[in-house]
Amino acid sequence: MVKRFLILLVLIFFVIMLMPLVSDIQPQTELNPLAEKYVKDGPDELGSANLVTSVIVTYRGLDTLGEVAVLFIATAGVGFMLRRRKDSKLNPQKKRESSEILQTGTALLTPLIFLFGIYIFLHGHLTPGGGFQGGVVIASAVLLSLLSYPQAEVNHKILNAIKSLSGAFYILIGVLGLYLAAGFLDNRILPLGDFGHLFSAGAIPVIYSLIGLKVGSELVGILDSMQRSDS
Amino acid sequence: MINVIIIVLGILMIASAFMAIYMRSLLSSIIAAGVISLLASIIYLLLAAPDVAMMEAAIGSGLTTVVFLYALSKVKNSGEDNHG
Repeated sequence: MVKRFLILLVLIFFVIMLMPLVSDIQPQTELNPLAEKYVKDGPDELGSANLVTSVIVTYRGLDTLGEVAVLFIATAGVGFMLRRRKDSKLNPQKKRESSEILQTGTALLTPLIFLFGIYIFLHGHLTPGGGFQGGVVIASAVLLSLLSYPQAEVNHKILNAIKSLSGAFYILIGVLGLYLAAGFLDNRILPLGDFGHLFSAGAIPVIYSLIGLKVGSELVGILDSMQRSDS
Repeated sequence: MINVIIIVLGILMIASAFMAIYMRSLLSSIIAAGVISLLASIIYLLLAAPDVAMMEAAIGSGLTTVVFLYALSKVKNSGEDNHG
């Protein structure tokens, strides 16, 4: 009884504390100065039709690099916690084969989902979506294969090579921006091209493709270690 | 009109959140938690944020649900081992 009363008291205290935040909210009728600068100068400066992408990859590129690093650390953590015990021979039981319908559907759908993921990150500077979304779609294609062919193994050498190389090239392009353009992760190391075409917006498509490969391979790594781990 | 749709979706989100807490089986809770993300992604789409909507639909309702399902199957397996 006393416990419940105390909990209620704490909740009321929080409501009183947070009330000013809620009551002071005013609907914003105009953009703040920073957003206004992005909206005005973004298309001309960076040549990307999707303004969100130019903010994520170039203006806020360092934050995106941090996100990719966080994802990398998370994958490393999952892989470490769920590592396969080499000595356990208790696990040779055969996993049940999946049904014919699932296998045929997987064979039909997996390449299409892969293509869709690649489309999403290649067109990140033109249409909604980008590296992260494309990477997740690719990971879902691999997930479908893992579910329908439980015996199959992900090739870890290729996976790790994609992971490391895409991360390294991402940093390399960022450093190139320091020497050839205005700063770290500047996309104007390549010609901006025609606005709205596939080969435009400088290095944004390259960077977003690398992010897509990186995110996709990291998530495939997580799914693979969850599927493979004992117990 | 769009406000009404957003309010209805918000109420559905709260309802599925309560379902996720009070469902008997963990499997239903996981599915209900995925439904929250799906509804949230529709709201993002209505608020003209397609980038965020794609992210929420793919990660929130797709990948997270699968990871939870994997975790559930692992927990179940180890529980059976302890008893047997």
